[in-house]
Amino acid sequence: MTQSTEQAGSIARKNWLLSAPALVVLTLAAAGPLMIMVVYSFLTPGEYGNVTWQFSLNGWRGILLTEDIFEPGTYALADAHLTILLRSLKLSLMTTLITALVGFPTAWFIATKPVKTRILWLFLITIPFWTNLLIRTFAINEVIRNDGILNSLLIWAGAISAPIQILYTDTAVFIGMTYVYLPFMVLPIFAAIDRFDMRLLEAGYDLYASRGQVLRRVILPIVKPGIIAGSILVFIPSIGAYVIPRILGGGKNLMVGNLIDLQFGQGRNWPLGAALGMTLLIIVMIALVFYTRLTNRGAARG
Amino acid sequence: MADRSFSASRLPGFSTIATIVFVVLYAPIVTLVIYSFNEGKTVSAWEGFSLRWYQQAWSNDIVQEAALRSLTIATCAMLIATTVATMAALGTTRTGPFRGKSLISAMINQPLMVPDIVTAISLLIFVAAIKVATGYQGLLYLILAHSAFCIPFAYLPIKARLESMDLSLENAAADLYASPWQAFRRVTLPLLAPAIMAGGMLAFVISLDDVVITTFVKSGGQDTLPTYMLGQLRRGTEPDVNAISTVLLALTVVLLSLFFLLTRKRN
Amino acid sequence: MPNKIAVEARNAVKVFGQGASTHSALSDVSVSIRQGEFFTLLGPSGCGKTTLLRLIAGFETPTSGQILLDGADITNLPPNKRAVNTVFQSYALFPHLTVAQNIGFGLQMQGRPKAEVKATVAEMLALVKLQAMADRKTSQLSGGQQQRVALARALAPKPKVLLLDEPLSALDAKLRKDMQIELKRLQMETGITFIFVTHDQEEALTMSDRIAVMSAGQIQQMGTPRDIYTRPANRFVASFIGETNFLPGLTVPGGVQLDCGATVAVDGQYGAAKVTLAIRPEQVRLQAADSPGAIPATITNWVYFGTDTHCHLVLADGSALVARLQSPAMGEAGLEIGANVAISFAPGAAQVLQD
Repeated sequence: MTQSTEQAGSIARKNWLLSAPALVVLTLAAAGPLMIMVVYSFLTPGEYGNVTWQFSLNGWRGILLTEDIFEPGTYALADAHLTILLRSLKLSLMTTLITALVGFPTAWFIATKPVKTRILWLFLITIPFWTNLLIRTFAINEVIRNDGILNSLLIWAGAISAPIQILYTDTAVFIGMTYVYLPFMVLPIFAAIDRFDMRLLEAGYDLYASRGQVLRRVILPIVKPGIIAGSILVFIPSIGAYVIPRILGGGKNLMVGNLIDLQFGQGRNWPLGAALGMTLLIIVMIALVFYTRLTNRGAARG
Repeated sequence: MADRSFSASRLPGFSTIATIVFVVLYAPIVTLVIYSFNEGKTVSAWEGFSLRWYQQAWSNDIVQEAALRSLTIATCAMLIATTVATMAALGTTRTGPFRGKSLISAMINQPLMVPDIVTAISLLIFVAAIKVATGYQGLLYLILAHSAFCIPFAYLPIKARLESMDLSLENAAADLYASPWQAFRRVTLPLLAPAIMAGGMLAFVISLDDVVITTFVKSGGQDTLPTYMLGQLRRGTEPDVNAISTVLLALTVVLLSLFFLLTRKRN
Repeated sequence: MPNKIAVEARNAVKVFGQGASTHSALSDVSVSIRQGEFFTLLGPSGCGKTTLLRLIAGFETPTSGQILLDGADITNLPPNKRAVNTVFQSYALFPHLTVAQNIGFGLQMQGRPKAEVKATVAEMLALVKLQAMADRKTSQLSGGQQQRVALARALAPKPKVLLLDEPLSALDAKLRKDMQIELKRLQMETGITFIFVTHDQEEALTMSDRIAVMSAGQIQQMGTPRDIYTRPANRFVASFIGETNFLPGLTVPGGVQLDCGATVAVDGQYGAAKVTLAIRPEQVRLQAADSPGAIPATITNWVYFGTDTHCHLVLADGSALVARLQSPAMGEAGLEIGANVAISFAPGAAQVLQD
């Protein structure tokens, strides 16, 4: 055995020891419970909530199928659940798209400011990022509710005579998510633009490119990893949104997060809740794989 | 006459969009802050300057209890998360590949990849089982849960700082007869300190802000400020939520300023 | 001059990487460095000189082989237990400490009493002439000043051996020359053994007592600057140090017959084989076209360098060489391109290389 292998062994041991406390905490309160949740998705709901230890696939079946109560064994499509799943996908994809479209110019704006003022703008975009989700949801609530700012302004200006009902619609949830998650998109894009060499733009213009071409052929390909990172940071919380649809959607426009909540409350179907949670995880993982492929493809070509 | 000089980095329309974004981002928050000082209850009418909602919140026992609980959990979670994250960062940065390194990185970053609600219910299940077994109903569940999801947030700035630190500094210390512990204490730690504090503050804020996981893990009556506010919002708005929000916002601004100062690049 | 050996490497081998991708940085290197010597490891980047230095300092352990300090085996000793100190290429000054605190660091780690630390720091500051900067943070200093702090910090614990890893590479030309003189003076004053790593052969020639020329993980030649310059052992050393002309030929009794037909007398016996004759440009003499015993050549170009003029020539067989002449006082009359001349070599200057 050469010395270097021994050394490598003791270095690995030291690193594992250093990482151990973090791993213990994470296993107890992050990774471990997730495993337990997987197990619970294959159990049977208990009488008063919780579970009985009996294997069943009903948790998973219940995601999209309802069993006919008069004819056990026949299944029909659970329209309500399907609607909720589709709504969640639709809203989170739309949010990701809009925040990207709006977030990119914002990030560009901050990154091209002179160094002295740039830190101030960065500070301004970071404050919402750190502000409590609840406060920001509440703030947007104050804007779009019937006696809120938007309606009051429009009525005062004479544009409308009665308040527009925005709250408790899909639109309200969409507005809320876009508002809350926008800083999550801006910051990674800013980081990518910050690293971008502005002299490449001069090279592009020197070679007869128009502004549009420079944007499409020079800036976007190089900044793409930042956009992808931002998209992940927006998509993950928005597909699992719970607070925003609860406050802004009322009891009607449920997303998957609220549906899960229901199973652990009134619905008393923990296995179904666990299966739905797993579904969210699977959707997130698919999105992550998809996004990493996008980054790698860009890197290979670039 | 408009300035016609060419600027390579100017993209038409972007500044306009950005300005609108900033206005739209802040208008609701600013309104909320202003109306927390409103004598009246709603935002549709301004009834004069008043501190009554602050007084009401301050004298509300439940609010005080919730605030105290939030601060306790956040402080404990910050201390635990920052300590273990620092150790983990030391173990995973500036070291060549070793067996299991990617597993450790994956586990540390895992809370960031999972939506709140999923973590929340998985913890609910786990805690419910333990409650049945031990009967313990105290704050430890919340502290443990918060510590876990705060770890990646504390880890990130510390790892970033460690990666940009010149390894030759520790080599120089060893060359000058410092034992590994002395080198750590006299060279690595002082240089890492600002990043550790920044990570701690990030962990503190994240813990303070959490509403979803806390809602699902807490036992009855164990409200934190965010869960209290959530409850209030469901009943229709009480302006004391405005006041509490403004205080939290002020706290965020203070902590964020400190964070920026600590992570500012030195020339 | 004491001949005691200060540092020795015996059959040192260093291989990096594992499994499929390994990189051999040092292959069986043995070297003995004498006490009080200014010893230089010279070579191009990647030759292994820095690796060897790091083995002596203790930041790497050899894959096989031994490192000895004053006769004691220190191969497996960690760096903080070796009485060896390093001046790093990037200086590695502690940014959170002042100049004085940096210099005193090693002494503090050794547990010396405060008074002693203070006195030694003052002594070092005077030695490198930085007394005024004692309480400044190192980031406020210029490159040259930082270099001197790094030097003072490494000298303060009075090590047996001082290792210098390309310490002058970040300095501009003028400062570099000044520091070379400074370092040489310091070494002679303190009497500490200096092991100096550089890729600059001029630097090595001017400062060293002995040089080890390295390439591809091995020592190509070890000797005094004069030895290495006048008697290069192989083609690599001949071309790395200074400039050399290489002329192909065959050994014949009494000398070497060049491809152009002329025979050059050389010392020593070599088997009848293809060899290369190495001759320095300044050893090439220019003579009139039909001078007896001289080799016919044609001028193809000349370049004016101020004190020297380089004259490019070609021999009958097409071999090219360069002659370095002192610039003629009256201009380049006689150095017309295409002119036929003859060349001869200073006696004993030509080297036979068998590789």
